[in-house]
Amino acid sequence: MRMKIRTREALQGLAFISPWLIGFLVFTLVPLVRTFWLSLNEVRVTASGIRTFFVDFKNYKDAFLTDVTFSGMLIDYALQMAVYIPVIISFSMAVALLLNLKIKGQGLFRTIFFLPVIISSGPVLAELTDKGAMTFEGLTNLGFLVNLQATLPPSIARLLAFAVGSFIVILWFSGVQILIYLASLQKIDRSMYEAARIDGASGWQILWKLTIPSLIPITFINIVYTIVTVSTFSTSAVIQKIQTDMYRPEKGLGYASALSWIYFLVMLAIIGMFVLINVIYRKKGGERS
Amino acid sequence: MNVPRLNRKVKTAAGIASVYFTLLLIGFVFIYPVIYIVSYSFMDTEDLVNPLVRWLPTKLYIGNFSEAARVLDFAPTLMKTLIVTVLPSILQTISASIVGYGFSRFRFPGKKIMLAALLATFIIPPQVTMIPQFLMFRDLKLLETIWAFILPATFTQGIRSAIFVLIFYQFFNMLPRSLEEAAKIDGASTFKIFYRIAVPSATPAYIIAFLFSLVWYWNETTLTALYLGEKWATLPLKLQNFAVTFRRLYPADPYSVVGKNLNEAIVMAGTFLTLIPLLMIYFFTQSWFVESIDRTGITGE
Repeated sequence: MRMKIRTREALQGLAFISPWLIGFLVFTLVPLVRTFWLSLNEVRVTASGIRTFFVDFKNYKDAFLTDVTFSGMLIDYALQMAVYIPVIISFSMAVALLLNLKIKGQGLFRTIFFLPVIISSGPVLAELTDKGAMTFEGLTNLGFLVNLQATLPPSIARLLAFAVGSFIVILWFSGVQILIYLASLQKIDRSMYEAARIDGASGWQILWKLTIPSLIPITFINIVYTIVTVSTFSTSAVIQKIQTDMYRPEKGLGYASALSWIYFLVMLAIIGMFVLINVIYRKKGGERS
Repeated sequence: MNVPRLNRKVKTAAGIASVYFTLLLIGFVFIYPVIYIVSYSFMDTEDLVNPLVRWLPTKLYIGNFSEAARVLDFAPTLMKTLIVTVLPSILQTISASIVGYGFSRFRFPGKKIMLAALLATFIIPPQVTMIPQFLMFRDLKLLETIWAFILPATFTQGIRSAIFVLIFYQFFNMLPRSLEEAAKIDGASTFKIFYRIAVPSATPAYIIAFLFSLVWYWNETTLTALYLGEKWATLPLKLQNFAVTFRRLYPADPYSVVGKNLNEAIVMAGTFLTLIPLLMIYFFTQSWFVESIDRTGITGE
């Protein structure tokens, strides 16, 4: 009888999750494998359907050896991540800390800071960047910055120019992260603050020794969220290249598939790096306590 | 005796002032593009070239809007955009809630692996699956039909579906089971328990999932362009091709009065028109967006 109840429960559970199960297989797992298979082929689209010719890893070799733009795009992508992640994370953390203070107009500020999530579609951002509404004109031409760039090694100077030039765009990717930080700030146990105050800790000390450390676990989630949203945003150069190469007869679907797998692997590598950091950090924390 | 207290008062006042200053400064960064769009979209050609006019147009010129609306083909495009965003959003929300409930309430073999796979789907960018999906829809003759959006949404593989399943999963986990257990003892069927007890208590999660779906579907352009094409071009997509469409509608001809040049003001009016529907939705529902994470408790590990 007991066995029967468990089987019934399992069947009901599977019935509830069946849409996901079917969807995951049909729209994610099979396409994922199929993209990989296509990437090993030359794909020709004919009237009767698609025809594939197995070419081994030729598309991958072409992407790095023959294609003049792709490697550069990947490097730019890595640079973009190196700038975006720290800026977005520290910015959203700082804003969340400010918004968490008990001040008047909190709701209004939250409404404003969340505006980018509503507005940021690729074309709107592109239009705004195009018209210069996304940079403060003065900033890029500041004598100080121009001089600084001249003295720095070229790679770092490029990073800096990149950060300055797209500063506002970067901030525009922070909306959801601010919300996530705010929510976890509100979950911090009030009594911990009181205890710290009784022990004579100053506001500054509480911030660095109590508040920010308690935000570390959620930071990992925010980093992953940032990587995923920025990487899949439609203005990304690699994504635009994948889209245009799809329709190019000399490159085609096979080549575009290879590009998307490479892009996916680079993204996974970046996420993996942070997973590693997270694991190491947790281990250290465990040893300490 | 009084000096330290006064000192502290001054200190806190200065602190509050600096907090406001910082928030206003940062807030300006987000408002700035919006002001820019609004102010430029009302400028006529004279204002645009006049170096004295920087922010405030000398008069409210609305000619840009009629031109931009023509280029965007506004009313029909808005209808299409609404269909393409609202329908998948509703389906995605419903299916995500069913799946989330399933993960939260039942024990079944392989659940842990499936939850891990669910999390992993969030990391898989749509770009890696879109080519086979495109071919599949092509073979099924579903390209350029709304089915190419409806089917993935129904099977919780729409835009960022994984997040919504997780929201519902977390939400149902937080909900006490006592009511559902009582109904079970009374002999209610599992589906009835879900429909009558779980669904009504999850209203906030439904609203939030729907609103976020709506915004993300609205702002999606890569997949919309690929699966739905010209036939279902949404407002953001029309904005993307704004310059091309404009030149087709108003062929440049320096000697004719009819020919017009595409200026910044018209583009900004187009951008404004693209934004306004979403902004209006946001205006009425903003507390749901802004408090969403508090209300659904998604950050609970």
